[in-house]
Amino acid sequence: MNRQIIKLFGFIVVLFAILVGFTSWWSVFDAKALKEQETNKRPLFEQQQIPRGRILAADGSVIAKSVPKGKGTGRRYVRHYPQGKLFGHPIGYSFMEYGQTEFEQYHNAELTGEESEFGTILDQLTGQKQEGEQVVTSLDPKAQEVAMGDLEAAGYGAVVAIEPSTGAVKVLATNPSFNPNAIPTKLEQWNLEKVRAPLYSRATQSQFPPGSTFKVVTAAAGLESGVITPETTINAPGSIIDEGHELANDYNQSWGSISLDTALTNSVNTWFAQLGQKVGQDKLFSMMEKFGFGATPPIDLPESEVNPSGLFEGNELLSRRDPVDLGRVAIGQERLLVTPLQNAMVAAAVANHGKLMKPQIWKRVVNVDGSVTKRMKPTVYSEPLSAKTAEELGIAMEGVVDEGTGTNAAISGVSVAGKTGTAETPNNKECGGGEAENQAWFIGFAPADHPKIAIAATVSCTERFGGDVAAPIFRDVAEAILAGE
Amino acid sequence: MTRARNREMLALIPVALLLTAGFAAVFAQENAKLGNLSLTYGAYFFAVCLATHVYLRIRLPHADPYLFPLMALLIAFGLVMIYRIDESLARNQANWFLFALILFALTIQFLRDYEVLERYRYVIATVGILLLLAPRLPGIGEQVNGAYLGVKVGPISFQPGEFAKIAIVIFLASYLRENREVLIVGARRVLGVTLPPLKHFGPMLVVWGASMFMLVFIRDLGTSLMFFAAFLALLYVATGRFSFVVIGTVLFLVGAWFIFTTVPHVHERVETWLHPYQDGFHGLGAGYQVLQSTFAQADGGLFGKGFGQALITVPGHPSQTMLPVAETDTIYSLIVNELGLFGACGLIATYLLITARGFKIALLANDGFSKLLATGLTAVFAIQAFVIIGGVTRVIPLTGVTLPFVSYGGSSIVANFVLLALLLLVSNRARREAEEGAPRGERDEPLGALT
Repeated sequence: MNRQIIKLFGFIVVLFAILVGFTSWWSVFDAKALKEQETNKRPLFEQQQIPRGRILAADGSVIAKSVPKGKGTGRRYVRHYPQGKLFGHPIGYSFMEYGQTEFEQYHNAELTGEESEFGTILDQLTGQKQEGEQVVTSLDPKAQEVAMGDLEAAGYGAVVAIEPSTGAVKVLATNPSFNPNAIPTKLEQWNLEKVRAPLYSRATQSQFPPGSTFKVVTAAAGLESGVITPETTINAPGSIIDEGHELANDYNQSWGSISLDTALTNSVNTWFAQLGQKVGQDKLFSMMEKFGFGATPPIDLPESEVNPSGLFEGNELLSRRDPVDLGRVAIGQERLLVTPLQNAMVAAAVANHGKLMKPQIWKRVVNVDGSVTKRMKPTVYSEPLSAKTAEELGIAMEGVVDEGTGTNAAISGVSVAGKTGTAETPNNKECGGGEAENQAWFIGFAPADHPKIAIAATVSCTERFGGDVAAPIFRDVAEAILAGE
Repeated sequence: MTRARNREMLALIPVALLLTAGFAAVFAQENAKLGNLSLTYGAYFFAVCLATHVYLRIRLPHADPYLFPLMALLIAFGLVMIYRIDESLARNQANWFLFALILFALTIQFLRDYEVLERYRYVIATVGILLLLAPRLPGIGEQVNGAYLGVKVGPISFQPGEFAKIAIVIFLASYLRENREVLIVGARRVLGVTLPPLKHFGPMLVVWGASMFMLVFIRDLGTSLMFFAAFLALLYVATGRFSFVVIGTVLFLVGAWFIFTTVPHVHERVETWLHPYQDGFHGLGAGYQVLQSTFAQADGGLFGKGFGQALITVPGHPSQTMLPVAETDTIYSLIVNELGLFGACGLIATYLLITARGFKIALLANDGFSKLLATGLTAVFAIQAFVIIGGVTRVIPLTGVTLPFVSYGGSSIVANFVLLALLLLVSNRARREAEEGAPRGERDEPLGALT
């Protein structure tokens, strides 16, 4: 019988080897996939048991921190936002029961201290407990506060301010905002508010008609393609017929033969419509794409919370081969929709000598010991313009603020370049369906000769014009940022 | 033979230290400071083990020196894990451990001549079957997760299957010892397959029928599998006919398939095994248990999270379980979670060493009954470990048997100590006889050596 007993033992060795194999599969080889299973709530719970890293503003003030609740194994950390609704957008929130949004979601890995597998194994061996890393942003609380204050006085809207040379986002304000501390009690109610939509980040998600701010893009396409120079004149009558319909200037004013400076300063529709037709759809669309249109802007926010800009048929982006009314596209009408973030990127690219930097909110990641583990490296997203074109366009935009539609954006002692925009949005449901509602815009940068900040400000549902309601917001926010430099 | 006993005593020291360290780790995690309570527990444990050792030194001086320390290691492992889950459960388990040691001593005391078991084999078989059926008896039967495995009399509930497995193994060992010659000689080849003689084929069918019956009435695939596998193992060892094993396996599979298609509970268990994601997570059903079990293992990784660090309940909600029945069915997953793949391999290695020692006893034994008894007891022990670990790692459908010596449960620990007592009894005689017939000083072999 001994032979059989030894064979039986061999069989049991095989059985146990199978157990070791399966255990290895679940605990090591398939572990990553299992942790990503939607039904697996462990990673979420465990994240709650480690202190999530703080989020700081550029000046070191705390935007989000974790406070311990409970004791022993029931101890967990709950997020607290000391600045309340000031940074509701773009920071978002993070609660176990309600999930994560915006910046909190995008930077989850750093905030929970989830680094490479090697790092965690090393931590386990040395008995180190996982702890979240701190993320420092380039957000400027003073400027954000100015932006929120102005927006709350003006209406629904958004302000985006970017440092042109680095892409650092200093302001990303949306009105209405929300107090993330109140998410556990208010989330359901806020989700039901479809018009006010406080959880909707208008700065990155709302697609508004850009109005005349788009003329900057048209002018860029004209100059860069060589279709015009700053000296080229185009005859601008009071109105033209475009695609069988009249396209008119404000008050049907006829301007005669004028060059870019005069046309931009006075936002002459018939001039830019003709320029757009001369440039052609192909070149205009190329320029738009280089500015970032047609793609989700590369900012450090979840892709689902950042929308692209461009021409839309329903939810579909139109391509350069789709038939469009080019004259009206050139002046920011047609089916053109632009997010405040995208418009700030346009201004930032012109300000940075034609180079568009990737907009980024985070600046650096600091670990528990206080040493910097990662630093944001400014990256060029595209180069829509040559330095020469950018300079020529900047000069024309200075005219807008010096003597044109954007004089309200002027800052004493600082030269400002910009462009106003006022898109008529009658019957806008968001505004209660009034006839005289506008989407007011201002985009620009300052100081014009050595830009430190590029800003897009927009207000919805206003009866006023971009130069009246959005330009002053630009001025206040730019002043706040320049004062802090 | 005192050298064997000295080895036993020396082996118990690291086990006691391990238990002390384990408790210390759990305390450190829960109270953030280290008291001397873990030392006290370690000392108690060591004292109890030492007392048992002294008893073995007197009663069974020749018995295998490694079996008791290995099982004590499993007990220590289990006590620490259970303590970490629930302090009061650990206290119960410790009491059961003491009670089991008393029964262990009594078994050794009164069954020194264990051949007496052969004389009562049909009585023992009947008791075994009755024990198995008890959970279906009205009034005392208890259903857990759809399976009938428990019996409740007054405040005491126990799992009769744990004891039945020993009874059935004793019966089979005795029956096969007597009939193995006939089974081998009388076998004939039909169409190239060696079949046992029809007359003796009957009892095989009876055992098969009993397994199927259990599957239907107890509704537990694991117990049924455990019994039938032990039976086939014994049949193979007794006859040396692999074809019998093949026939038995085919019979079992046919029966299991029929029952799978007709008994909803068994069907559900198999379905959640194959497709746990399908609907398991909607409720807290079997699918939830299987999934959470694999999630817990994924959480452990190579080195585990450390004692007391894994999530058993939803943080802040102690009543919402993350790992259902962590103290019994899924204790292995918790071990993987807290001690990692390495810890789990250590546990499996311990079971493998016990199996090796058990089979070693069978090899050394001189008479057929002793050989078959040691083989059967070892096989049923190893297969039980396989069935439950295989269940939580999705090798086979998850069933409700316990992880021997580690899972919480009085019946399990008591029954397995009786099993250990029988193995040591066989071992004591085998090694004494071997020693008497061999020159001195050549008998001790390293741990794990089989031949």
